[in-house]
Amino acid sequence: MSRAGGTWVGARVPRNEDARLLTGRAQFVEDVEPPGALHAAFVRSDLPAGRLRGLDVERARAHPGVHAVFTAADLGPLLRPGAVLVPPPPLEGLVFHARTALPLVRERIRHQGEALAMIVADSRYVAEDAAQLVEADIEPLDPVVDLGRALDEDAPRIHDDLPSNLAAYVRQAKGDYAAARARADLVLERRFSYDRGIGGAIENRAVVAEWDARADRLQVWDTTQAPIPVRNVVAAALGLSESQVRFIAPFVGGGFGPKIMFYAEEILVPWASIRLGRPVKWVEDRYENFFATTQERGQLHEAEISVTREGRILGVRDIFIHDSGAYDPYGLTIPINTQCTLLGPYRVPNYESEFRVAFTNKPIVTPVRGAGRQHGVFIMERLLDLAARGLGLDPVEIRRRNVIGSDEFPYNHEIMYQDFAPLRYDSGSYEESLEEAVRLVGHETFPRERERAQPDGRVVGVGVVNYVEGTGIGPYEGARITVEPGGTVRLATGVGTQGQGHFTSFAQIVADAIGVQPSDVRVVTGDTSDFHWGTGTFASRGAVVAGNAIHAAAQSVREKILRHAAKALEVDPEDLELADGAARVRGAPDLSVDLGALALSANPLRGAVEPGTEPGLEATSYFGPPYGTTANGTHAVVVAVDPETAMVEILRYIVVHDCGTVINPTIVEGQIHGGVAAGIGNAFYEELVFDEFGGTSNASFMDYLLPTSTDVPPIETAHLETPSTLNPLGTKGVGEGGAIPVAAAFAQAVEDALADIAPGLEILDIPLSPGRLFELLRGAS
Amino acid sequence: MRISARINGSAWSGDVEPRLLLSDFLRSEVGLTGTHVGCEHGVCGACTVQLDGEPVRACLMFAVQIEGHEVTTVEGLAAAAPGEAVSVERLHPVQRALHEAHGLQCGFCTPGILMTAEAFLRENPAPSREEIREAVSGHLCRCTGYHNIVEGVALAAERLAADGPGADRDGDR
Repeated sequence: MSRAGGTWVGARVPRNEDARLLTGRAQFVEDVEPPGALHAAFVRSDLPAGRLRGLDVERARAHPGVHAVFTAADLGPLLRPGAVLVPPPPLEGLVFHARTALPLVRERIRHQGEALAMIVADSRYVAEDAAQLVEADIEPLDPVVDLGRALDEDAPRIHDDLPSNLAAYVRQAKGDYAAARARADLVLERRFSYDRGIGGAIENRAVVAEWDARADRLQVWDTTQAPIPVRNVVAAALGLSESQVRFIAPFVGGGFGPKIMFYAEEILVPWASIRLGRPVKWVEDRYENFFATTQERGQLHEAEISVTREGRILGVRDIFIHDSGAYDPYGLTIPINTQCTLLGPYRVPNYESEFRVAFTNKPIVTPVRGAGRQHGVFIMERLLDLAARGLGLDPVEIRRRNVIGSDEFPYNHEIMYQDFAPLRYDSGSYEESLEEAVRLVGHETFPRERERAQPDGRVVGVGVVNYVEGTGIGPYEGARITVEPGGTVRLATGVGTQGQGHFTSFAQIVADAIGVQPSDVRVVTGDTSDFHWGTGTFASRGAVVAGNAIHAAAQSVREKILRHAAKALEVDPEDLELADGAARVRGAPDLSVDLGALALSANPLRGAVEPGTEPGLEATSYFGPPYGTTANGTHAVVVAVDPETAMVEILRYIVVHDCGTVINPTIVEGQIHGGVAAGIGNAFYEELVFDEFGGTSNASFMDYLLPTSTDVPPIETAHLETPSTLNPLGTKGVGEGGAIPVAAAFAQAVEDALADIAPGLEILDIPLSPGRLFELLRGAS
Repeated sequence: MRISARINGSAWSGDVEPRLLLSDFLRSEVGLTGTHVGCEHGVCGACTVQLDGEPVRACLMFAVQIEGHEVTTVEGLAAAAPGEAVSVERLHPVQRALHEAHGLQCGFCTPGILMTAEAFLRENPAPSREEIREAVSGHLCRCTGYHNIVEGVALAAERLAADGPGADRDGDR
């Protein structure tokens, strides 16, 4: 196992950020309140589809304490559609219609919660009072709610200038699926559905903006996963230079994808601050969050697998519809993730995949933890289970026969991934992770456990499924490391942090390179005044892309330290070691100089900095991977199902995963625990219910069920470490892997448990709520 | 309306609007922003504070209801004074245990969980894992999967038991 060579990378270092968070002193955006701040609230549409015929805001404007009410008519040049954040990949035959929302509705309402007006008042309470006084005259239109009918010829059109609700079409293929099918011993075809859910960060979104007219500068605190790109968009929209605008994403209370998006409030709140000459603060409430923040997951698949009688995959064909909601600002990231991740850790010589993206009158869909990968994994793993059943094979055995071997890397799947690079796997441990999970869950002895479990009336089943996760995509991230005269080390990077432990894992990388304690490294993330190059925290890329930029910068600082110390101590740099915050001569520890003293001498007030060198002990580096690195793993779950009530209890949940070099095992396990919990929610509890008028019927935490501590079992984890070949640290991402295969594992385990009671039962739809399982059981018996 | 109450051990009195939620009052009037607001309908538990030592949802109460009562927020748990830098050593045993067990990630829900857990361990100093799961089940956390929160509370129980009843922090409030 190759490691970065240090003592801190790989260690269970307790987190640097915790003390502030545990004492209530960590600053979240909601906690920012500049003196004189005004408070904003939005008037939003209750209807998902309609035409705004009139908007009477006069009573709201006249309400005491109200400073302004803005409608589309007030926005001037700001009234233009938002940015398309991710362009579609350059694929042959691609159809892509980019449609993005106006900051405030001008005429057409395309989803519930679209903002009609912005009210700015002395307090949020007053702003909401005034919101009640706004009268909107809306002509209701027939909403498009049912994804399966969104592309019908007679479906109401959501964007009048398009001939249908088709937002995009993509086809990717390799080999010759039709020929493979013709020589298959078994062909299985099924329809699958995967329903909508929310990101569910406990912190809602918030934006606080302060325009300083004297300094000619705008400062914005924002709950974003991408402070730098958002800063750039806002500066351009407001006609300011990027250097005039500082975005700060301080502590952010969970991201999970939706906070990577660009939102209208991120322009409107700063714009209002400039216009009113006062700081303006907006905090989303939970109800708004169910509409105004993006969601994920609605897809319908028709998929087919062709296998030999030995269970070898000859090919897969998958045709699906992806629900983009009312607009498609995030391009095709999600359906392409689905299309690519379906292939998983398996050899699939022939593949034919096409998808249509549909506009519907539902909130906008953009990546949420997993970002479409879970759909692909669900379909592939289900197809393998069904094929195994059809061939009389054990589900583990059919997987053994198809996983890519350790000697087959790099493995090229010959289609294009979301980063516009070919879908190639750099390294992995597919056989090992499967066998380790099988061993940990006791798969071989499981039939005996099943017998033991029967007396209490419940039936027990096991599921073992594989996944891969494309992680750590480009384009790049950067980092600047500075040794300060006090001896502390400062690290600034452009990625924001939403709980991933960056203040610790990034510090570990630095600590190894220059011989300090991780607690000596002060990490600054998500502040554009500290670092203004970068893209953001998404796609499980922080530890990979920012991590390796930090590693590179730390190595450069190390070189500088050694050069300065060699001069100060009059020795050869080769004879020096860096430890305990000092450079010292090997074998003569008394001959040493502190990093702080070196930092001071490297930035002198008199004398000269050597020509051709830079002052200080500081370095800035960037890292961009050639393409994304692929993590992998296997989940094994044991469930007990009550055949009477259809209640499912998870008895054991095991995750064997491989994210390359592990920087901090404790943090990695935390990511996995949280991912699995989110996966359990998606697979079993979380469902957005839309009524016939297209309204969400369960827009509260009372009715939309996030899993609680009594729903998530203890999770057993095992780490494999196959280093990535695409970066010096060997890291791969781990942020989403926990969430991706849960539904597939669940489905296999529940079917296994019910194998005797309902042998023909097939789980093809997610979420698998107890109600849905109950219906399935009734249908099967 | 004029109210007088004790907040984290200090007297507070002043005028508040009758409709002002306790959560908004603590955050914007008193400046105790450690109490977070996640749903405003009493489900997520992030805004949990203690009223006379009992956990309550600050988003389901009005500020005027604390008249004559004692409110403890997350800022009142650690021994450090407001403004003083907080080191791990100065943390309350429940805070410290959550730190050691990696029982928080983004940390947004954490203050509420701490206020529930501290009260729970006073009631039940030697809980089982099942009892801990039950006790924190009124708090939503999207990051941790709860596993390490449960482990953290169990660790806190061990620590508090080892420190003995004399070390009960109620004495230094």
